Amino acid sequence: MAAPESEEIARSTAGARDENARTPSRRALLGWGGAGLALGAVAAGGTAAVLNTGDDPAPAAESAVPFHGPHQAGIATAVQDRLHFAAFDVTTDDRAELIALLKEWTAAAARMTAGRPVGEGAVGGPAEAPPDDTGEALDLKPSRLTLTFGIGPTLFEKKGEDRFGIKDKRPAALVDLPKFPGDNLEAARSGGDLCVQACADDPQVAVHAIRNLARIGFGKVAVRWSQLGFGKTSSTTPDAHTPRNMFGFKDGTRNIAGTDTAALDTHVWVGKNDDKGAGAWMAGGSYLVARRIRMHIETWDRTSLKEQEDIFGRDKGEGAPVGKQREFDAPHLKSMLPTAHVRLAHPDSNNGVRILRRGYSFTDGTDGLGRLDAGLFFLAYQRDVRDGFVPLQRSLARSDALNEYIQHVGSALFAVPPGVRGEDDWWGRTLFA
Amino acid sequence: MRALRSATAAAITVAAALTAAGCAAKSEVAGTGKAGAVQVTASDDACEVSRKEFPAGHVRLAVENKGSKVTEVYVYAPGDRIVTERENIGPGTKAAITAEVKAGAYEIACKPGMKGDGIRQKVTVTGKGAPAKRDPKLDAAVAEYRKYVQRQADETLPKAEEFAGAVKSGDLEAAKKAYAPSRIGWERTEPVAESFGDIDPKVDVRADGLEDGQKWTGWHKLEQSLWQQKKISADDKKLADQLIKDLEDWQQRVGKAEITPTSMANGAKELLDEVYTGKVTGEEERYSHTDLVDFQANVEGAEKAYELLKPVAKKNDPALVKELDKQFEAIGKQLDEYREGDGFVAYDTVSKGDRKDLSDGVSALAEPLSKLAAAVAE
Repeated sequence: MAAPESEEIARSTAGARDENARTPSRRALLGWGGAGLALGAVAAGGTAAVLNTGDDPAPAAESAVPFHGPHQAGIATAVQDRLHFAAFDVTTDDRAELIALLKEWTAAAARMTAGRPVGEGAVGGPAEAPPDDTGEALDLKPSRLTLTFGIGPTLFEKKGEDRFGIKDKRPAALVDLPKFPGDNLEAARSGGDLCVQACADDPQVAVHAIRNLARIGFGKVAVRWSQLGFGKTSSTTPDAHTPRNMFGFKDGTRNIAGTDTAALDTHVWVGKNDDKGAGAWMAGGSYLVARRIRMHIETWDRTSLKEQEDIFGRDKGEGAPVGKQREFDAPHLKSMLPTAHVRLAHPDSNNGVRILRRGYSFTDGTDGLGRLDAGLFFLAYQRDVRDGFVPLQRSLARSDALNEYIQHVGSALFAVPPGVRGEDDWWGRTLFA
Repeated sequence: MRALRSATAAAITVAAALTAAGCAAKSEVAGTGKAGAVQVTASDDACEVSRKEFPAGHVRLAVENKGSKVTEVYVYAPGDRIVTERENIGPGTKAAITAEVKAGAYEIACKPGMKGDGIRQKVTVTGKGAPAKRDPKLDAAVAEYRKYVQRQADETLPKAEEFAGAVKSGDLEAAKKAYAPSRIGWERTEPVAESFGDIDPKVDVRADGLEDGQKWTGWHKLEQSLWQQKKISADDKKLADQLIKDLEDWQQRVGKAEITPTSMANGAKELLDEVYTGKVTGEEERYSHTDLVDFQANVEGAEKAYELLKPVAKKNDPALVKELDKQFEAIGKQLDEYREGDGFVAYDTVSKGDRKDLSDGVSALAEPLSKLAAAVAE
């Protein structure tokens, strides 16, 4: 990591000298803060160079994830530490205005994921105008920010109305999710015409991204709901250890690896012929299920260790399946209780169906009754929810022993279009163009 | 909400200073050496100013808080018009304040504990400040807006007197009926009224905005008596007289307010800020639930300032004007849905979902409105 680090510093000090730089990167702005700051960074870089002489498998926290590509970043990308997810209602009826917004959003997203401020930045603009960028990410690294854009069923049709002339392009896979037993969904935390998932290793970078997109969107879209997540609960790099959820368990050990292109093609990316009528525009995309799952933390904490482990079908310390030694040992499903979470969620219990999970833990403080308002913000990508999340959740909702301790309170489904191909491409082009 | 309003007032004057100063003057500020600054040494019981006389133009105050309490420093023009201010200067910390001042008498105040009138020092500014050269169209807009502001105050007085009269005669129903209309002129021009700093806390403070030991006066105290206590006390009758006195003060001073094209534009935005933070939540009129009357008045006041600035804004940023026209029309239509008789429905009957829609509508207007000042600043 030594070389890129030094290069960044070199660029930042160059930026400090070049007063004509029109759109300075965050780092360049850092440089403007003063020579002392830049020198401090150089010294830090030097230290890093000495320490990091060996191979460093972990992605550097400051690195930027490429925005352009055949698939959107933020799906197969190694899961970052933090999340800010937002669902939007489109408030304009004007198709051209919506398209203009999507182009503006795409440009802003490309800049922010590269660690640059929006528009003309947060400082240095006209004194009388609010800055284009809100500024709280100014001296922060790109932090592997990814912004992933999705489209909800209501953009195609709402109350029987074809709002933007795209009703006949609604993919069959973009279903209205059925009501699952035990759901207690709040309208104000569900649905949405559009969504943006911001993942980053720094929470402020993720929050900044959604805040700026919301700001650009005022008058065309309105934030319907949003969710912060602080601890990833699954990993798309399964050779790394599986993170724990708020119940203290490793869950989702069998997640699809972001590098497993065969599994991604089979289970995650939409194929060209998946939806003969409407879905061609979705080729290379995916479907995202978002569920806010409240966990009843206090009652769980009063549950005996044995029962906790039986409910999951894993031991709590190692994360090994029942009767096994290591976390990644193949589970023997029949030795688990029939209601064990792992047994019910396992592909072998679901016709081999696999979904790519990248959910996050959340806590939104307490709920007014002194109970922790916490849980799992479940995010899962799949090729078709009709043989993915829907049957899986039906089975879980029916039998999962965990249901006593959880409740689904928010729900949404989005079609996540293919990646933005280049500078002239934009979020949703394959649908609208 | 006093602190917030003071900050708002400061924003107007600072914006005004910047406009008048232009770009050249801005770099002059940056170049002002420490030697040129007026040293203000604040402590818990003193406010020492290194120079009592300095030339007009840009002044830089180098504040040092040597006291044990958090302090704030204000520069007041005559009539307690806030020229600039800086809050939250912690013990042992320094802060720099810049402002543009014309010749005249000013007061510099330190407020240990950020309360009260502060410890004041009289200072004199001499010579000639750099006068701003402005597009005559903008001068015309300011003059027209000043007339509008005065007219709102003039027309408010009789309505406020009707309200005060009903309170004094103990007529609960008549007072309730006269309450919301008596506030419309104030709400239309609130940022200008607030620029005086001392009137607003007397006439428009809410229960949660009171400082320890501050007597609650003004409209909202009477609102609470009428709707929550459902009776008019002897003290309320005195407060009704006090309200008229304070509003007369406003009426007499409002025409002298410092108004610039950018302060007009920012004032319009601030009216929408008022709606966004206080009205859509139902906090402003928590007893009477007449929030939508204020809401409408805030929007009307903002639209007036916008319409006057529009010819210049249109030249500089036609896309912005197009968007603002559209959003002012949209918010008007949204408000129309809640009209009832010659007023509006009670805000406690507006559902959470409908409040969300109103809030979205305000954001849709306020975001482009925040760009108006820049469009008229050149």
